[in-house]
Amino acid sequence: MTVALRRRMFQYGVVVPFAIVLAFPFAWMAVTSLKPEGQVYEQSKTWTFSPTLENYGYLLHHTGYMRWIRNSCLVGLAVVLITLAIALPAGYALARLAGRVGRSLGVGIFLTYLVPPTLLFLPLSRVVSELHLGDRLWSLILVYPSFTVPFAIWLLMGFFKSIPQELEDAALIDGCSRLGALVRIVFPISAPGILTVVIFTFSLVVNEFVYAITFITSSANRTLTVGVPTDLIRGDLYNWPGIMAAILIPSIPMALVYNAFLNRFITGFTGGAFR
Amino acid sequence: MLAALLISPAVLFIGLLVGAPLVLAVYLSFTDATAGSLTGPWIGFENFRHELRDPIFVDAIWHTFLFTAISQAVVIVCAGLLAHALVHAFPGRWILRFFILLPWAAPIALTAIGFLWFYDTQASIFTWFLVKLHLVSATNHPTWLGTPTAAMSSIITVQAWRTIPFATVIFLAGIASIPQEVDDAAAIDGATGLRKFWHVSLPLQLPIALVAILFGIVFTATDMVVPYILTAGGPFNSTQVLTTWAFQTGINSGNVGEGAAIALFMLPLLAFVTIAMLFFARRAEVT
Repeated sequence: MTVALRRRMFQYGVVVPFAIVLAFPFAWMAVTSLKPEGQVYEQSKTWTFSPTLENYGYLLHHTGYMRWIRNSCLVGLAVVLITLAIALPAGYALARLAGRVGRSLGVGIFLTYLVPPTLLFLPLSRVVSELHLGDRLWSLILVYPSFTVPFAIWLLMGFFKSIPQELEDAALIDGCSRLGALVRIVFPISAPGILTVVIFTFSLVVNEFVYAITFITSSANRTLTVGVPTDLIRGDLYNWPGIMAAILIPSIPMALVYNAFLNRFITGFTGGAFR
Repeated sequence: MLAALLISPAVLFIGLLVGAPLVLAVYLSFTDATAGSLTGPWIGFENFRHELRDPIFVDAIWHTFLFTAISQAVVIVCAGLLAHALVHAFPGRWILRFFILLPWAAPIALTAIGFLWFYDTQASIFTWFLVKLHLVSATNHPTWLGTPTAAMSSIITVQAWRTIPFATVIFLAGIASIPQEVDDAAAIDGATGLRKFWHVSLPLQLPIALVAILFGIVFTATDMVVPYILTAGGPFNSTQVLTTWAFQTGINSGNVGEGAAIALFMLPLLAFVTIAMLFFARRAEVT
């Protein structure tokens, strides 16, 4: 057996079983979501059933689902804008700041990303209610940057470090101001990196659960991750096919986007420290 | 000067939204604050003393350890294998990698509800599968979330399932960061297979891999989504971890001060991971 063939066998032998196990839950969700509600409990109908889209229709038209998606997107967009406004300048400065100070500050900001929401949600819930933001999307827009900003600064630092200093110096010699060089040279080159930050920041926001379940109390203001487990399960509707549809609808596009931006994410994530 | 101007908004923001609440959490843990108030009577270490005497809390620390240690041990082995298999291109890699990334890309609060259905007492797909294989009987099958041991195993499985893709991705970055020349040099010196892996590849990718592992530990030990949605700490508090117990005490029971005290028991772990990260980040930079 040749070395190449042995390697191929190792690759498929490992990757295929893992892919099946890791993706199977989504396949089963898809199957369940297409079943008529009455058939999901029958083992004899595991794979043979009369497929229907009525669960999707019910979910989209008779529950708060669309509203929760809208809320998640609104919060996501607002948080992305705030995060970029704060993290872009900081990430750039930290990448260019030579020596110990810059590096320590960068690592220090990154470490705040490790402080978990489960440690801060109790004091923040008090602050939110003192500010009369309880049960309002503004509470999430205010609090979410606490984890998106450190995360975004870290990624951006990695991207900016990969841009040669000489490019900027050339622009300065050509009469560009420091800020002009930033806006005209650095930002356009790092556009893919910035887009990566936008996407992963947005997904962090959509994924967040602890703050959303603590601060938001009324159904109309829920975000996706909280609306589905609270209203679709504990509400009057306990229909599993509809819930499976509710999980699949946001999951598949997000996975596609992750896959497309994965290599850039790795560059930024590991580039900040390991370059 | 310009640098300070560019960085200060970020520092200010983080100070206000992470630093200040952290201080507030410490303050609250020494008070008798209840829902609806930002302050409460100062009671010193009473919250901590009360919790340390509470068997549910002591068990919750043990559960947190089990939940984190077992799930992350599984993750390290699986992600290590996967990363080595994925590093070189082969036909079909794109689609297989897409499948492998799915659990990480999908919102975990939602996929955890999916598992609530997969673990259903009447219609669990896992049970159906095992019945088909004649491994369990249709009348006397396991209730995945119904008994303490099964419930713990079930939430550990979901946590491992959702962390494997992230660890794989970072391990891959670690392997990819080894320059081709090192590989060639090792080959010329006659190092192959396991020997090369042990003496050349492993030490070089270790710093990045360790960062991934430390991340996995922090995000598992401090996250509450999986146990909260699947078991809410039950049955009989057998899957109660620090985070779910803090949530139940602080929000559901309204004992904000005591909930804050419970959450603060995560600090030693965070401090340890922080020191470890600093150590490895520096080492990675030297190599």
